[in-house]
Amino acid sequence: MELIVEILAAPLQFAFMQNALAVAVVAAGVCGLLSCWLVLMGWSLMGEAVAHSILPGIVLAQLLGVPMAAGAFVFGLIAVLLIGGISSTPVIKRDTSIGVVFTTLFALGLVLISRVPSQTHLQHILFGNVLGTSRTDLWQVLALGLATAAVLLLARRDLTLLAFDRTYAHTVGLSTAALSALLLVLLALTTVTALQTLGIILVVAMLVIPGATGMLTCRTFGRMLMVSSGGAVFAAVSGVYLSYWLDLSTGGTIVLMQSTLFGLAYVLAPHKGLIARAARARRTAAAA
Amino acid sequence: MTQAPAAAVEVSGLSAGYPGVLALQGVDLRLTAGTITALVGANGSGKSTLFSALLGLRVPLAGTVRLHGKPPQQARRRNVVSYVPQHDTIDHTFPLTVAQMVMMGRIPHQGPTRRPRRADRAAVAEALEQVGLAELRRRTVGELSGGQRRRAFLARSLTQQAPLMLLDEPFAGVDRGSEELITATLHALRDAGTTVLVSTHHLDSLADLADEVVLLHRRVLAAGPPSAVLTESTLAGAFGTVLADDGGAADSTEDAVGRQEAPWS
Repeated sequence: MELIVEILAAPLQFAFMQNALAVAVVAAGVCGLLSCWLVLMGWSLMGEAVAHSILPGIVLAQLLGVPMAAGAFVFGLIAVLLIGGISSTPVIKRDTSIGVVFTTLFALGLVLISRVPSQTHLQHILFGNVLGTSRTDLWQVLALGLATAAVLLLARRDLTLLAFDRTYAHTVGLSTAALSALLLVLLALTTVTALQTLGIILVVAMLVIPGATGMLTCRTFGRMLMVSSGGAVFAAVSGVYLSYWLDLSTGGTIVLMQSTLFGLAYVLAPHKGLIARAARARRTAAAA
Repeated sequence: MTQAPAAAVEVSGLSAGYPGVLALQGVDLRLTAGTITALVGANGSGKSTLFSALLGLRVPLAGTVRLHGKPPQQARRRNVVSYVPQHDTIDHTFPLTVAQMVMMGRIPHQGPTRRPRRADRAAVAEALEQVGLAELRRRTVGELSGGQRRRAFLARSLTQQAPLMLLDEPFAGVDRGSEELITATLHALRDAGTTVLVSTHHLDSLADLADEVVLLHRRVLAAGPPSAVLTESTLAGAFGTVLADDGGAADSTEDAVGRQEAPWS
């Protein structure tokens, strides 16, 4: 018992660990919520694209002395607009357009970094720097994260209908264009929220894997939201502690914890898991 | 002089499609409130395009569409029109129960966060009862058979309580029991004053179903009571010489699948 208290409490003596834990929990929780809609809309690749595209925004924000979040957000939107614009030409398919836009913007970011003197390391932007979270960073993430989560939860029924049946959403008078745009804006905000914890490369993991885990284990959307964001928060907490005690990369450990949850769900989930499906197939074969 | 009955749908001079490839050309259509109209035509005759235009999903190249006197955009916002989709384009793995799916029809009646109220729950329960799915309300949408899913979509539209209902091929791939239930539901709706437009190419039971028939092949070939429209010569114009094959062959596989299900299971 004492050992458990010691394991959990000891890291929290340090302010940087408190900040890290708080920022990771908020980011993971919001990612977990948004993830449900991204997975159901088939927008996993879009999450990846927005995350990579914000690199030049971060570099330019530092150059201009504005908050990193602002620069990242602007370039997230630019990416979304470019992808939409290019894929509206009949010749180019959407995944092609995504591939063109995000690699181009990412390359632009790399080129900018190589020319602009900066005190932030490329390493931190790409892979996160959760242990270097300042109080200011923490407040920024808290504000963005809570705002994003609030909008998602308030609009959740409309967004779910959008993902389920676009034509019907249109029929009952909803603006499908506005709802899609809202979801993309929230995607950009969430990416910014999770940047400190996971970095550009791994953000997409927390935008996709929690929702996929929820899909495997749940029959209703409300339950899926809980499993997805609850699982992501668990991965964040356990990942932060494990990385502290075993001296591992924090972002990497968080993602691996989430992947472990996915793996467990993939094998053990009640109806859609590997074992349940195999058992059902055997029963059907025996009955035939 | 008696006043003409109010038109629930008024389409005039509607052309739609792409320039050079017109799916609809100069279509005029007028639906009297409180009637069931069957929209009949072969595959590719423009039925789906007409529905898209009525729902405002497609901007016409020429002509106007009015639903209860309003353009489609405005009509949708005021809950004038409900819609039962044709194909199973939905994601069968979507985590949504039948009751939750049917609740989506209540959006026009709900506040900004769509929190269900007592009236919403009552409307959902009543609609599920009406289409015979009350027992299956906790199943997920993917766990339903084809005919059951079609009835679930119908229930969702019923909860909208809109004065105009569009149904795109509701009888394709549906078993006998579901077909009778859908027909009875539509008759009840009509008797309560709702205007119903059904696209179909099942010709045999048309006279029982509809008050009016509109025969479409890129333009309106004939319109009027079933007995007047469903003659050999007009049908030959709509379906060509392969009439017998065309209507049946298009969804024979769907029919075969649909008949395997027990309607009330």
